[in-house]
Amino acid sequence: MAGSTLASPSADFKPPGVPPAARPKRAASLAEDIWRRFKRHKLALTGGLILLVIALAVAFGPWIWKVAINDIDFAARLKPPSLKHPFGTDDLGQDLLARLLYGGRISLAVGLAAMLISVIFGTLIGAIAGMSRGIVDNVLMWLTDLFLSLPQLPLLLLIIYLFRDTLKKMVGPEVGVFIMIVVVIGGFRWMPVARLVRAQFLSLREKEFLEAARALGASRARQVIRHILPNAMGPVIVAGTIDVAAAIIAESTLSFLGLGFPPDIPTWGRVLYDAKDYLDIAPYWALFPGTMIFLTVLSINYIGDGLRDALDPRRVL
Amino acid sequence: MTLPGTYILRRLLIALPSLLGISVILFTVLALAPGDPFGELVSNPNIPAEVAANLRKKFGMDDPVMIRYVRWLGAMVQGDWGFSFASRINVSDLIMQRLPVTILIIGSSQVLALMIALPVGIYAATRPYSLFDQVANTLTFIGFSLPTFFTGLLLILVFSIQLDWLPFVYRSDIAATGWRFLWEHFKQAIMPVSVLGLFQAASWTRYVRSAALDVIRLDYVTTARSKGLKERIVILKHVVRNALIPVVTLVALQIPAIFGGAIVTEQIFRVPGIGSLLISAILANDTPVIMGVTFVFACLVIFFNLLADLLYGWLDPRISLR
Repeated sequence: MAGSTLASPSADFKPPGVPPAARPKRAASLAEDIWRRFKRHKLALTGGLILLVIALAVAFGPWIWKVAINDIDFAARLKPPSLKHPFGTDDLGQDLLARLLYGGRISLAVGLAAMLISVIFGTLIGAIAGMSRGIVDNVLMWLTDLFLSLPQLPLLLLIIYLFRDTLKKMVGPEVGVFIMIVVVIGGFRWMPVARLVRAQFLSLREKEFLEAARALGASRARQVIRHILPNAMGPVIVAGTIDVAAAIIAESTLSFLGLGFPPDIPTWGRVLYDAKDYLDIAPYWALFPGTMIFLTVLSINYIGDGLRDALDPRRVL
Repeated sequence: MTLPGTYILRRLLIALPSLLGISVILFTVLALAPGDPFGELVSNPNIPAEVAANLRKKFGMDDPVMIRYVRWLGAMVQGDWGFSFASRINVSDLIMQRLPVTILIIGSSQVLALMIALPVGIYAATRPYSLFDQVANTLTFIGFSLPTFFTGLLLILVFSIQLDWLPFVYRSDIAATGWRFLWEHFKQAIMPVSVLGLFQAASWTRYVRSAALDVIRLDYVTTARSKGLKERIVILKHVVRNALIPVVTLVALQIPAIFGGAIVTEQIFRVPGIGSLLISAILANDTPVIMGVTFVFACLVIFFNLLADLLYGWLDPRISLR
């Protein structure tokens, strides 16, 4: 071992047989290859474009459309779309375009953050279960199956009901509700990822390249991080993409039931909740946020579909 | 074929630990929660502090968590589900009043979903990448990207407000008898059932299509065709049954989502089921009702999972033999 320490730092960083200069090009060509395959899926590409437009709009829109989201103007109550208010106004005369742009930030942020939590947690559980045999694997999988059969929405509502006030007191209303909703939604969506990762681990750990890594003396952590995880990530990326859509729907559902964000944080679901009692006189009020949710979710689902095709090496495209 | 009794028994024995697991999770959430069920009494100025303390002692609120869990579980098993703070009747009575409507709505929406997903999915799989398949594929994508609360509002907007064909508030006290009674019930159930059913149908169609597509390529289907069987017989007798095996698994995984959708739908159309009961109980801080309804939802999920398992055993005889 003492003799190999000199060689190992550099040997660790390059796969055998590949000259160092060639590596950046190879890595780029993998990304290029995925992009080339992704581009074939026209609807996925369109979805990506629409999502990009929505993301840019909610990121920079509030700086361009400089109307305050809580600017109450009773003279302009329930006005249908016009030049002054492109998306119309709500029952307090607040500008809907400004509210939707601002709320979109929260909705998208909740989707991304909840996805990150579910993917990280799911990968962790799946990796532990996949690497350990016997009792640990069995217990973790029983837990995963148990969580899969939980009635998620009732439990979400129960947890929010029980913990809302405490968190609000601890970190303030906005941050508290955000943290709670993200953690709770992410905490109920890690199971499919865990199952996927475990299945990948079970098949990958028997492959020859891993045997070679073991024979070269790679530690368990190194086997997992350098060799198994990168190969297991394909389905996880797809599941993660779909998770963003599911988390956005979950957040809008909670807000729509009146148990998500407070009225001063106009997420798309919350705006819909406020609009639903005015369907007969101001249908546009409900149609705009609903369409935003629908477009975002549809785009993300198509992107996930495109990624599934692009990341599957067995599929010829 | 009939299922062997031991298979059913074994499935029941597997369902029991899950039910226990869910009860532990429920109780843990409640025990970890900052407020306690007696908060309502303590904050009530009409009740002196020592009475509240005595009540706490009487109901064993200061005992260790384990003992409280066992006592709570014992009470739940015996049907003693507590007393609703808001409506002043037993939680179990309240739930039993509301449960039939929920079961009716969920049940008919699942039947609707099945009636759409099976034919469309199988027809699309027999003609992959045809025009029909592409249209169906696009529609399913739209179908499961439309959240139930938005579809519900859209349906109300079109059929209740614009066309004025259907009522948008579900009433349980229809003053009519005979056919008219049935007709009114049918009319008010159309929108909630189709919101839930179409959403499920969208994802199920995808499952059915991809499962049927996998089976159609197998050699035994080619054999069946080369024997000279009619295409209809090949599809209905040879393909469908085997294609349904993975579909049942996926449907079982979706059951919790179905109940989530039911809560939203009941809330939109004001259907007096346990979903809207849960929401109103949460808004009224009615803890016993919240716990009871959540537990009923958990039981329903487990029950339908059990049903899916039994169906699985019927579709795939190899499973029950093991």
